[in-house]
Amino acid sequence: MEKIVVIGNGMVGYKFCEKLRAKATAEEFSITVFGEEPIPAYDRVHLSEYFTNRSTDNLTMAPRSWYEENQIDLITGELIVNIDREAKKVISYKGREESYDKLILATGSSAFVPPIEGVEKQGVFVYRTIEDLDAIIEYSKKAKSATVLGGGLLGLEAGKAMLDLNLNTHVIEFAPRLMPRQLDDTGSDVLKSKLEALGIHMMLNKNTRKILGNGQITGLEFADGTELKTDMLVISCGIKSRDELGKSSGLKTGPRGGFIVDDLLKTNDPEIFAIGEAALHDGMVYGLVAPGYEMADVVVEQLIHGKEKVFTNYDMSTKLKLIGVDVASFGDPFGENETYKPIIFEDKVGGIYKRINISEDGKRLLGGILVGDAEAFNILLQMVQNEMPLPPNPEDLILGARGGESVGGGIDALPDTAQVCSCEDVSKGDICCAVEENGAENIDLVKKCTKAGTGCGACTPMVVDILNAKLKSMGKTVKKVICEHFNYSRQELFDIIKVEGIKDYDQLLDRYGKGDGCEICKPATASLFASIWNEMILEQDTIQDSNDRYLANIQKGGSYSVVPRIPGGEITPDKLITIGQVAKKYNLYTKITGGQRIDLFGARVDQLPDIWEELINAGFESGHAYGKSLRTVKSCVGSTWCRYGLHDSVSFAIEVEERYRGLRSPHKLKGGVSGCRRECAEAQSKDFGIIATEIGWNLYVCGNGGANPKHALLLAGDIDKETCVKYLDRFLMFYLKTAEPLNRTATWLNKMEGGIDYLKEVIVNDCLGIGEQLEKEMEFMVETYKCEWKEVVNNPELRARFKHFVNSAEPDPNIKFSDMRGQIVPANWETANS
Amino acid sequence: MTETLPAYKTVALSDVKVWFKAAKETDFPKNGGACINYNGLQVAIFNFTRRNEWYATQNLCPHKKQMILSRGMIGTEQEEPKVACPFHKKTFSLSSGKNLNGTECDLATYPVKVEGGFVYVGFSE
Repeated sequence: MEKIVVIGNGMVGYKFCEKLRAKATAEEFSITVFGEEPIPAYDRVHLSEYFTNRSTDNLTMAPRSWYEENQIDLITGELIVNIDREAKKVISYKGREESYDKLILATGSSAFVPPIEGVEKQGVFVYRTIEDLDAIIEYSKKAKSATVLGGGLLGLEAGKAMLDLNLNTHVIEFAPRLMPRQLDDTGSDVLKSKLEALGIHMMLNKNTRKILGNGQITGLEFADGTELKTDMLVISCGIKSRDELGKSSGLKTGPRGGFIVDDLLKTNDPEIFAIGEAALHDGMVYGLVAPGYEMADVVVEQLIHGKEKVFTNYDMSTKLKLIGVDVASFGDPFGENETYKPIIFEDKVGGIYKRINISEDGKRLLGGILVGDAEAFNILLQMVQNEMPLPPNPEDLILGARGGESVGGGIDALPDTAQVCSCEDVSKGDICCAVEENGAENIDLVKKCTKAGTGCGACTPMVVDILNAKLKSMGKTVKKVICEHFNYSRQELFDIIKVEGIKDYDQLLDRYGKGDGCEICKPATASLFASIWNEMILEQDTIQDSNDRYLANIQKGGSYSVVPRIPGGEITPDKLITIGQVAKKYNLYTKITGGQRIDLFGARVDQLPDIWEELINAGFESGHAYGKSLRTVKSCVGSTWCRYGLHDSVSFAIEVEERYRGLRSPHKLKGGVSGCRRECAEAQSKDFGIIATEIGWNLYVCGNGGANPKHALLLAGDIDKETCVKYLDRFLMFYLKTAEPLNRTATWLNKMEGGIDYLKEVIVNDCLGIGEQLEKEMEFMVETYKCEWKEVVNNPELRARFKHFVNSAEPDPNIKFSDMRGQIVPANWETANS
Repeated sequence: MTETLPAYKTVALSDVKVWFKAAKETDFPKNGGACINYNGLQVAIFNFTRRNEWYATQNLCPHKKQMILSRGMIGTEQEEPKVACPFHKKTFSLSSGKNLNGTECDLATYPVKVEGGFVYVGFSE
């Protein structure tokens, strides 16, 4: 057995362990890892996400249990201070000694702090570790403005994080352009104006001379004599290899940092390797994760096979989303290596810049820069790396072919050796092989099988394309079946259920499916049963999603929230008082929702029927906030009170909300009604939006807010109320019948051939001749509506299901709350139960 | 909040010392689960009617440490019976407790038997 010691538990150190363990057992190699930070390796590439999530869970590369299961001895919070190369052992600051046969230095880097007068002042931070971020967050609470020093990749990320902390943010760059290693001047200009539009102030060509303030930072002074006031400063000027161990142990390091390594990544001691940002290879420290992973692989190969896999100069192509702006740089972006001819496309209005460098003979792509739209990045990079032939009109590569054909031969033209995932070094051939020989016929299986797309994730769209192309070439139809249990699309199941009169999940599975169901087909078919028969959903409670099963929204800690319907957002003072009384009695956290209603949080499952009994007695009904169904129809004040209002938007909103309440659909549905074109109800961001005009109403459909906001599109203009409701009936029923599971209306429309024009044909012009039928089906849904909570409250058998233990009336003792601003809040994920 | 994580440990049939009479067979929903309390230990019991099988696992989902698995939907992946956590749809094998889609820990499982209309769960202590 060979004894391996790894100094450093960062991304590359972790990856080394993962790769070694995947290929060798603990009997062949023992692994001991020392990490300086208190927690196991986390994903530093996505560090900024910590500002939104405030949790390391999603960032952790693998939990401690993974190290245990893989028999890796992980020692965190312990800095190694010395290497005794004679005795072949390392010594920690606590005095612990660990001997090694082979030593791996994966010590990474620290933030480079330029020697500016005053960097020691309070309020000056670096942007590197979770601890740095915690300190920044804490300090930002009393700050109003922040400045980031450094306009490189990480600096801009930091700038975005400062913006998210609601600070007035400046980014200072010494060079005349942003991301000087990736972008040219025009690319930088486009990026700069995009970021400025988001509210980040950019200052280029600025040499920071001094940090002002008495003990605590108050501002910056520049070499040109100007000053900038700021409450805090985040330094992000690049990295410096952590090579302190070199001095005491006689390992050679470069003048600007990094353990000097050869092509085998060996230091001047053949038993000691350096990988990742700690290594200086051929005069270069690689500050990206992909080359670090490649280095880990090179060392693992040598340890196992003695095979001399070598590390060669690594491609520094990158693609990232900076604050929602795509930025990519690949191959030789500046055309520094050979003479070239550039093709440049710039769209100042849309904020898009694309540049590709073509070889002198016009036959090869050398590299390029993409800002604002980097969709072509993967294929362009492949063309560079595989020296693929250029299409006849190379400008098509960045403009898109105008004949409809895909550019550059697309995926099929890629050679099997093409590296698709650079983080995990997966080739197109690997992916095809996984599909063909290991039966990985969906993206999850391909990821599991090959690890492609599990690093930075940038290649996932390309992996999906390769998967689909391969399936197609194998003669498999890429059919949108809902899961392994039903070989049907949602629309096909809709017809089967309806035509065959099936009302029971088991019956459907027996006749048209296989196996015993799962968490995908159960709620999907439950939704279909509800959309077709409109029977009480709790008759089949175990096929419902948890929220539907308990008619409430599950929240952190296992308690539920309660949302009574408040149609159109109109409520009497008496009803408002009832909500207040109920909330007070059951000690519920109370919050106004985005849909003009009131959410009551923190109800235990056993309290839900009692709470609802009181609400129903006061005239409330279920708000269906827990269902994939109609949520709210938001309204503005309308013509009854508003001096601008054209029609009574509130009455119309109430009418529409009451018409479609409880309607189960492929995804949640939201509506809005505005009384004039000022659009205070934000109806155009809803699945359906109605806006008053001088002579009637405009009906908009297929909008949504959320992660991918979409403006709704005009379906019909200047129509009267009756026509509006008729079109809505048709539209909603058509959506219910034909959408895939969990597709909002915008996604559904997106996939519809012919788009909004076709939808108009179907709904307004009734080109399929189904208008009347759709209206009839909707009429059935409206007539058979019942309040689910009213039924539960009045049914002792259903009521009895609302308890935590089946063998005891006691509530869940784990549900505990703490106090925040005078109301209850649940424990955080991390601390729950511990 | 309880002070420490409950000590869940898989119990093999051969190690059962106590057959705990949990509840009536009819107290458990068809093709679904319910939670029982055994001296402070929360155990999820699943009545997989379609397969004529019963399973018991810890009620705690190891992903975000939530006492919730009994309210999860059950089903199969190929032939493997599984439960999906209501919070983030992490899935676990009901027969082995193994995590089926990620790096979370596995679940502890317990033997179940049904006699005379009652459901019993096997514990080693």
